[in-house]
Amino acid sequence: MSEKKATSAKFYVHDLDLFYGSFQALKKINFQIAANRITALIGPSGCGKSTFLKTLNRMNDFVEGCKITGDVQLDGRDIYTSGMSEIELRQRVGMVFQQPNPFPKTIYDNVAYGPRIRGVHRKSELDEIVETSLREVGIWDEFKDRLNKSALGLSGGQQQRLCIARTIAVHPEVILMDEPTSALDPISTMKIEDLAVEMKEKYTIVIVTHNMQQANRISDTTAFFLLGELIESGPTQDIFLNPQNKKTEEYITGRFG
Amino acid sequence: MTEVKNEKKARVEVSQSLIRRARAVDNIWTVVFYLVALFFLLLLFAFAGYVIIKGFTGAKPEMFRFDRNGVGNYFFNTVYLVFLSLLISVPIGVMGGIYMAEYAKDNAFTKFLRIAIETLSSLPSIVVGLFGYLIFLVATKSQPNLLVGAICVAILSLPLMTTTTEDALRSLPPSYKLGSMGMGATLRQTIQSVLIPACVPRIITGVILAAGRGFGEAAALLYTTGSDTNIKWNPAAWVNPSLNPFNPLRRGGTLSLKIWTSFTASVGAEDVANLSSAILMIMVLSFSILAHYLEGRIKKKMGDTK
Ligand SMILES: Nc1ncnc2c1ncn2[C@@H]1O[C@H](COP(=O)(O)OP(=O)(O)OP(=O)(O)O)[C@@H](O)[C@H]1O
Ligand SMILES: [Mg+2]
Repeated sequence: MSEKKATSAKFYVHDLDLFYGSFQALKKINFQIAANRITALIGPSGCGKSTFLKTLNRMNDFVEGCKITGDVQLDGRDIYTSGMSEIELRQRVGMVFQQPNPFPKTIYDNVAYGPRIRGVHRKSELDEIVETSLREVGIWDEFKDRLNKSALGLSGGQQQRLCIARTIAVHPEVILMDEPTSALDPISTMKIEDLAVEMKEKYTIVIVTHNMQQANRISDTTAFFLLGELIESGPTQDIFLNPQNKKTEEYITGRFG
Repeated sequence: MTEVKNEKKARVEVSQSLIRRARAVDNIWTVVFYLVALFFLLLLFAFAGYVIIKGFTGAKPEMFRFDRNGVGNYFFNTVYLVFLSLLISVPIGVMGGIYMAEYAKDNAFTKFLRIAIETLSSLPSIVVGLFGYLIFLVATKSQPNLLVGAICVAILSLPLMTTTTEDALRSLPPSYKLGSMGMGATLRQTIQSVLIPACVPRIITGVILAAGRGFGEAAALLYTTGSDTNIKWNPAAWVNPSLNPFNPLRRGGTLSLKIWTSFTASVGAEDVANLSSAILMIMVLSFSILAHYLEGRIKKKMGDTK
């Protein structure tokens, strides 16, 4: 079966169809996501970007009446049919949401949450994980004196970076980001963009964005979705400078005015 | 040209006066709401003040003692009974609420459960008392005791604890759950480590209400705890377990039962009833204040500024 298909891609998606009840939200998607690259998903509202992103760590499981057919492989193993648990999958494929969603806990407990649910309880070990995770997203110096303050008191940008730190605290391989900067100011947005670029050395990043400049600035590969179909994908420069499909061109140029 | 200008001016003036009118109406309503709030506050103060003052003016020093003649032991029984009942109703109620909010499928069984909970919440306490009496005392051939009373009070507050927990869970932003599950936490871990801690302030509110109800409960205890008490505070007397205050399987009247029996018994016992009422009043008030303080502290710690 396609299980054994050798591929250098982190994610290999083949003939993916997704239905919400009788509504088909994704149609025959064939796509590969390269490791240690930033892949941007673009397209008009309602075209299925978030839906596609959520199939990659099975967050669609929570949607009642959602049916999926086709292959989605992570490092050559099908995430839906190979018996891989969602728990393992979601540890390997973390997610950052559009609205920053820290838990109503302290900054420390937010970052320590993932390790704790995996059975890490030694204080020294947790301390270290919290520090390295916060350092990695560049907010250790900002936060080190108030680790025991509630995360809900932080600004949106700080919360979002905390959420990224929380995600990487369990050492995922892939980080999915669904419009992570759409609720943030330009400076926070820039910080997160820089962070994403830094992070691709260690992680594979898939980011949904409505911001064409953002996709252009940070991504290596861009995929354009329209009405549930993957219209075109390729190196970001090619997509932006020399789109093959007329609809891609219209969308991109339409955005730039 | 000037006509147009005038008309414009007129329209501006009209809208100005409309705004002024709206502001005035707004102010009037603000005042009305303040008055209503003030009225309730005064009512509470007048009522509490009357009960407390009347209770303490008629009190004699020996009434405060923790012995056969004082109300001290009844006070202790009340606190102990409510404590025991919360020990039962809080875990079961919280678990029931978790089940209803997170696990129950939308089917006929759940609908039936919901109706059962609603019915339970409107059950007269005397009926629950009778139920406790028949099931736990007559059927098991036991003597009236605090534990059975606590079970009856727990049954009465179970619906409240269940619905409070369920509502609290349902009102949380879905992003908490998605965030936690998205990191590979199981549903149980998510509930235990994220959702329930986030609900604690609301659950505390439920506990206050349940405890308040327990403090004042009389009808459910009439047949179940016995209305008198003869506990001793000298440990030497505890060779007879029925005298040990901490033994839940002993008789033990509460303050509310004391009020009831004092009024129906001899004349002159009225002062005892009044004092009991005053103490009960103070208990309920201080418990409520304490609990709200705790709730506020926890909320502040979680960064919830609402
Ligand atoms: N839970 C759901 N149940 C039914 N239909 C859904 C559900 N979630 C999304 N859809 C539908 O699937 C389609 C794709 O939605 P999706 O959220 O993936 O779009 P999107 O590209 O992320 O849009 P946006 O840019 O606005 O976030 C839309 O038509 C949407 O209405
Ligand atoms: Mg979306």
